[in-house]
Amino acid sequence: MKRILLGAGLGVAAALALAAPAQAAKTLVYCSEGSPENFNPMVNTTGTSFDVSLPVYNNLVEFERGGTKVVPGLAESWEISDDGLTYTFHLRKGAKWHSTGDFKPTRDANADDVLWSFNRQWKNDHPFHKVSGGAYDYFNDMAMPTLLKSIDKVDDYTVKFVLNKVEAPFLANLAMPFAPIQSAEYAEFLQKKNQIDKMDQVPVGTGPFQFVAYQKDAVIRYKAFDQFWGGKAPIDNLVFAITPDAAVRYAKLKAGECNIVPYPNPADLETMKKDTSITLMEQEGLNVGYLAFNTTKKPFDDVRVRRALNMAIDKKAIVDAVYQGAGVPAKNPIPPTMWSYNKDIEDYPFDPERAKKLLAEAGYPDGFETDLWAMPVQRPYNPNAKRMAEMMQADLAKVGVKAKVVQYEWGEYRKRLQAGEHLMGMMGWTGDNGDPDNFLNVLLGCESARIGGSNVAKWCNKEFDDLTVQAKRTTDIAARTKLYEQAQVIFKEEAPWFPVAHSVVHMAVSKNVVDYRVEAFGIHRFYGVDLKQ
Amino acid sequence: MLRFILTRVSLVIPTFLGVTFLTFLLIRLVPGDPIEVRVGERGIPPERLEQLRHELGLDQSLWHQFLDYIGGVLSGDLGLSLVTRNPVLDEFLTLFPATIELAALAMLFATVVGLPAGIIAAVKRGSIFDHGVMGISLTGYSMPIFWWGLLLILFFSVGLGWTPVSGRLDLLYYVEPVTGFMLIDTLLAGEYGAFWSALHHLILPMVVLGTVPLAVVARMTRSAMLEVLGEDYIRTAKAKGLAGKRVIGLHALRNALIPVVTVIGLQVGTLLGGAILTETIFSWPGVGKWLIESINRRDYPALQGGVLLIASTVMAVNLLVDLLYGVLNPRIRHSR
Repeated sequence: MKRILLGAGLGVAAALALAAPAQAAKTLVYCSEGSPENFNPMVNTTGTSFDVSLPVYNNLVEFERGGTKVVPGLAESWEISDDGLTYTFHLRKGAKWHSTGDFKPTRDANADDVLWSFNRQWKNDHPFHKVSGGAYDYFNDMAMPTLLKSIDKVDDYTVKFVLNKVEAPFLANLAMPFAPIQSAEYAEFLQKKNQIDKMDQVPVGTGPFQFVAYQKDAVIRYKAFDQFWGGKAPIDNLVFAITPDAAVRYAKLKAGECNIVPYPNPADLETMKKDTSITLMEQEGLNVGYLAFNTTKKPFDDVRVRRALNMAIDKKAIVDAVYQGAGVPAKNPIPPTMWSYNKDIEDYPFDPERAKKLLAEAGYPDGFETDLWAMPVQRPYNPNAKRMAEMMQADLAKVGVKAKVVQYEWGEYRKRLQAGEHLMGMMGWTGDNGDPDNFLNVLLGCESARIGGSNVAKWCNKEFDDLTVQAKRTTDIAARTKLYEQAQVIFKEEAPWFPVAHSVVHMAVSKNVVDYRVEAFGIHRFYGVDLKQ
Repeated sequence: MLRFILTRVSLVIPTFLGVTFLTFLLIRLVPGDPIEVRVGERGIPPERLEQLRHELGLDQSLWHQFLDYIGGVLSGDLGLSLVTRNPVLDEFLTLFPATIELAALAMLFATVVGLPAGIIAAVKRGSIFDHGVMGISLTGYSMPIFWWGLLLILFFSVGLGWTPVSGRLDLLYYVEPVTGFMLIDTLLAGEYGAFWSALHHLILPMVVLGTVPLAVVARMTRSAMLEVLGEDYIRTAKAKGLAGKRVIGLHALRNALIPVVTVIGLQVGTLLGGAILTETIFSWPGVGKWLIESINRRDYPALQGGVLLIASTVMAVNLLVDLLYGVLNPRIRHSR
């Protein structure tokens, strides 16, 4: 027994000795929710994977911390030509690349790197196009291949993008995680060593944190990059401790094993609010949860039916019961924090009597039978679709509409909904770039009303579509705002959806975390965050 | 003996093929393919979906895909993960030591506690101790792993602060993996503090994962002992005037151990199955957690390869136990 105790004592002593120098450095631990696919956001689609790349890379332009405003990244400044087709970016001088164990950069970031990175996603014959699977989902989704006419190097620090047509959200698109700048020199180095797969496994960027190591499924380590062009981060080390279970993440936060925790269990929010040992941060999310009517099918091709149903459901009761204070009722398709939100629009009142009258006018005095699709999973914009569906079902029954709740596995659900197999279906959206086009056009435009498209109301209204397309082809914000406000009026009149709510995003952080900002886009960034010692 | 071994080994082949086919089929019966899972709310144009399916070979007939796969497996190629694009075998081998380390300690815990508990319960049959052990082991056997794990975390880690909540090693340490077994790697690196931390991190998951096998071992030991204690030769031994401890330790236990060894061997399957939940709760970077993510992402090759390798491990251990059983109990050998 004595020997065991002695061994234990030695162990503790050794732990303390080793821990001492490490404790002087500030280490921020983020308990992330899952393992990344790799370290290149170009080929990924999930927030989990974006989060691990964001510390390492810079884009040409970026979103400000905790906001949607586009601010300089590797590009110090830019000009847009009068016709809105040419974007000229002036790159920052002296932006240093990280080094790895064997790669030592010999030059700063320049125009070659920008060209290399965009061409990787764009050109099939690029030597790295096929690396890591080569499916550049976001690049394609944002219609980059059809939008881009050319990308040219003007000089070492100037790059010119020419577009085929005017695209107002283009700049915001470039700030999205899918468009990082990778090092052409590092790529060449890996090619020579015949290790091109390493490009996305051991990332080299110009960002505030340098990648150190990834122990698969367990821990990702970064250290603050001393030569970062924006100045060294206040913390010294950044660690992602992968913790898939939400209850365990909360336990780790309480035990002091992590500083920042994403995606708390909605059921834990009340407890967390009362918990004085932690801080629960919140921010209105850039999202919307809604019920879409399939406007191509009877009876929802009749606007009177759609309006009637908008009056038949008690929105406030649903938001209170399902979101439990973490959501605000929605009347427009875009969230209130987004520019061009039309606050003058009046929502349909909850009025079952008028709903009945309208239904009778439309030829359904006794109501009708319909389906009501509810997603099988919890989403940021809808914490409990099943419960929501049951409440809607009860309200609808009171005006004679018998709704049958339908559920499928999540992938299957989306596929069928996007194919338009439903009559009524719940869906939602989290914004990508803070531009109203990303909601109004993507979710309600004619182009996405096709089979498999994201307009699940399959609603194609010429007047609405003209307005949003016109807004996309103008770069003047004031003019665009007017157009979008008008489009929201049409949306309300035509009622292709029953908009439900915009949800609030929560982050739990320990008391010693200073200046963490909750991001509206559902990403997590740590540059600028400090720790009180 | 050789004949016995050959018969047992030949039985492994159909099991192996069956497991391969079942995993292949079952994951494909789950709705949603790897591409649909990636797509999200945005949707995907049908042409692009077709193109991506083609690139992944998902547009071919099931039989074609299966024959392709089994061909690869037989030549030792488990394919690439659809998500990370790394060879499945590499990923598995990186993570498997963590699972083995956890499972081995859980089994050790189950045996070290379960065996004596079972013996004492049998010897003191009908006593409070006996009822206590049997009651506790029934509870342990029925305990949902997920709930049990969280309960222990809340009590020992959050409440008392005695053990870490989750993970495998304190974040202060970084030990370059050599064997993949944290207890060994930390010692090889000469980092005793890290070794201590790794041991600390193992306690709760070990107890959680070991609970069901512990219950099984205790109950099995008890009933095997009871049976043996009623045999004539035990009475003879006692009549010879041998000390009680010697009778139990030498004569009874050796015979009672035969079925217990089999049960312990069979628990390997339970352990690896239980590891999937335990690893998820304790953020343990082993193959269990990896398999769960592979299912969620419909990473067909990773899941197929993972299940196949785990099944092979279980089969290998069972085979070994069977052979060991033959050695321990000559009657088995001779009756075949």
